[in-house]
Amino acid sequence: MSYISQILFAVVLVAGIGYFAINVKKLVRNIRLGRAIDRTDNKAERWKNMVRIALGQQKMVVRPLAGFLHIIVYAGFIIINIEVLEIIIDGLFGTHRIFSFLGGFYSFLIASFEILAVLVIVAVAVFWARRNIVKLKRFFYPEMKGWPKSDGNIILYFEAVLMCLFLAMNGADYSLQQMGAEHYTMAGSFPVSQFLVPWFENYSTATLIFIERTAWWLHIVGILAFLNYLYFSKHLHILLAFPNTWYANLKPKGEFNNLESVTKEVQLMMDPNADPFAAPAEDKGDDMPEKFGASDVSDLNWVQLLNAYTCTECGRCTSECPASQTGKKLSPRKIMMDTRDRLEEVGKNIDANKGEFKEDGKQLLDDYISREELWACTTCNACVEACPVSINPLSIIMDMRRYLVMEQSAAPMELNNMMGNIENNAAPWPYNQMDRLNWKNE
Amino acid sequence: MSDTIKVPTMAEMMAEGKSPEVLFWVGCSGSFDDRAKKITKAFVKLLNKANVSFAVLGTEESCTGDPAKRAGNEMLFQMQAMTNIEVLNGYEVKKIVTACPHCFNTLKNEYPSLGGNYDVVHHTQFLRSLLSEGKLTIEGGKFKGKRITFHDPCYLGRANNVYEAPRDLIQKLDAELVEMKSCKKRGLCCGAGGAQMFKEPEKGNKDINIERTEQALETKPEIIAAGCPFCNTMLTDGIKNKEKEAQIAVMDVAELIANAGDL
Ligand code: SF4
Ligand code: SF4
Repeated sequence: MSYISQILFAVVLVAGIGYFAINVKKLVRNIRLGRAIDRTDNKAERWKNMVRIALGQQKMVVRPLAGFLHIIVYAGFIIINIEVLEIIIDGLFGTHRIFSFLGGFYSFLIASFEILAVLVIVAVAVFWARRNIVKLKRFFYPEMKGWPKSDGNIILYFEAVLMCLFLAMNGADYSLQQMGAEHYTMAGSFPVSQFLVPWFENYSTATLIFIERTAWWLHIVGILAFLNYLYFSKHLHILLAFPNTWYANLKPKGEFNNLESVTKEVQLMMDPNADPFAAPAEDKGDDMPEKFGASDVSDLNWVQLLNAYTCTECGRCTSECPASQTGKKLSPRKIMMDTRDRLEEVGKNIDANKGEFKEDGKQLLDDYISREELWACTTCNACVEACPVSINPLSIIMDMRRYLVMEQSAAPMELNNMMGNIENNAAPWPYNQMDRLNWKNE
Repeated sequence: MSDTIKVPTMAEMMAEGKSPEVLFWVGCSGSFDDRAKKITKAFVKLLNKANVSFAVLGTEESCTGDPAKRAGNEMLFQMQAMTNIEVLNGYEVKKIVTACPHCFNTLKNEYPSLGGNYDVVHHTQFLRSLLSEGKLTIEGGKFKGKRITFHDPCYLGRANNVYEAPRDLIQKLDAELVEMKSCKKRGLCCGAGGAQMFKEPEKGNKDINIERTEQALETKPEIIAAGCPFCNTMLTDGIKNKEKEAQIAVMDVAELIANAGDL
């Protein structure tokens, strides 16, 4: 009997981890569809940022209540995973509470897991209320309808159920320990689940073993299911927050990159000695002349794509965005969600066509992100500052504006006037450059 | 009020064989916008008073390219940048001060990789160092005890992490500095950035400058201080919209300092 359950456990474990691995491979492939960008300078600072922002959750506490609760759930998640290690060993080798030889320390561990489990349940309940009863505004923008809304709740149910299973398992175990049931060695300390013992009082040993085993199995199957749920959820952030904060931009937020492809062209244009006929020949060596800006996900760089998968859909960016606050269509969170959705679509297309992307007549621009959204941005960086996991929605907006202006000449008319003025008289207004110092004598 | 201001140009200095310590980058707004020209003059008066050796480019200055870049026109931006860099490097400029955060950000962050390397400071930073070096003193308690709130320009604050210089100056006026509910890192944009200054806003339920003006009004200020000519325009419009222009002034930090000294 024991062997059968051990084999069954191994099968479940391998299947659970295997399917996750397949999806991780897809994830990496999709992110690699982005353009190259070097973000490996200044490693010391990158590590520091990762520890501070991802591990230390520094940006979460800008909003104290949500930040505090989030830290509980996060600590619970990490620490209770130590328990999962024991479950895996027990499951594979048919042992029971393998770490119990740690004695007092084991009791301490189990006790702290239980307390954390309760705190997690409380935190999850508050989170649920914020989404469903208080109806916090940032969870109710148009982009949060349908799946994103369910996703947010499903995760909460998941966590609550997992914690309850953990406590039920311990409570039944503790009852069995007290009954002196075979296999159930005295181990652990159960500050919370001891209160379940009176409920279990009249149950037979067999029933209790059934309850304990069921909770144990559901707990580990639940955790594997959770692991596999990540790929389809905003909850990828619990893993990707780490690389994402490491690869984040370290330069001043106001510094937008200078496109090198443009620099080459401008230098050529401005160099009086340049031979206008030499240019194309020189370009031949390179591959295709680079497209300016971005109209689809493959025009973005891979860090921007990593950003899209990391987004937790928390809406902190959107709630700080001046455009969103004043009822414009732009929402920086939606920019990230659209990028991820389109990237997923491209990934599925590649899967369906044996590793080759087949033109589907769609792109990120217009089919996902409208021009109206792009032109509403003031480039104020509030979204970048607000994001707890160092995502930069603004860089995507800018790359798409570049495409609109440089590839399509599709800027709003007033902006074309402004740019025409700069070109002709070196100021965004129609004043003559020769009048630039007139203020001195006015 | 003394109206004679000395504004040497780089070309004049060069002809005399002199090179100034710092170039004052006036910017398009500071050169052409009626409201911003007053800020420019106030700053020049302070420079004159502190006997700073400075010069402007005058008719050799041209747009940094910031609005073109934020609109997505990288080509036009880089053409502007390279033209300017040629002029600046021709005069061997080392240090630049500007009263416009957009020029400040662009010159400081986006010119270096195109060959323009300068020590660029915002005028509030420059004024603060003049004060701390004792080259400039604030006389007259004209603003003593006045409630002043400071609006952080995005391209000075979040974009470049300069939050304290303008505040230090306001505090030197013995004024009562009051903060809006969103300030510093979380300061709300005035609505002009990203080339929005030059176009009508997208459809929404409010204009951004009105939202920001309302936040400023919540602090019950006598003066709203700004550090950017565009923010100044946006907030001035906001105050007019609220019909408060008789009670509340929108002023640049440089104007506050100059006015305090009756310049
Ligand atoms: S940078 Fe653009 S998208 Fe981000 S908060 Fe500012 S206006 Fe909104
Ligand atoms: S981009 Fe950042 S702040 Fe915005 S929703 Fe995603 S995780 Fe939250």
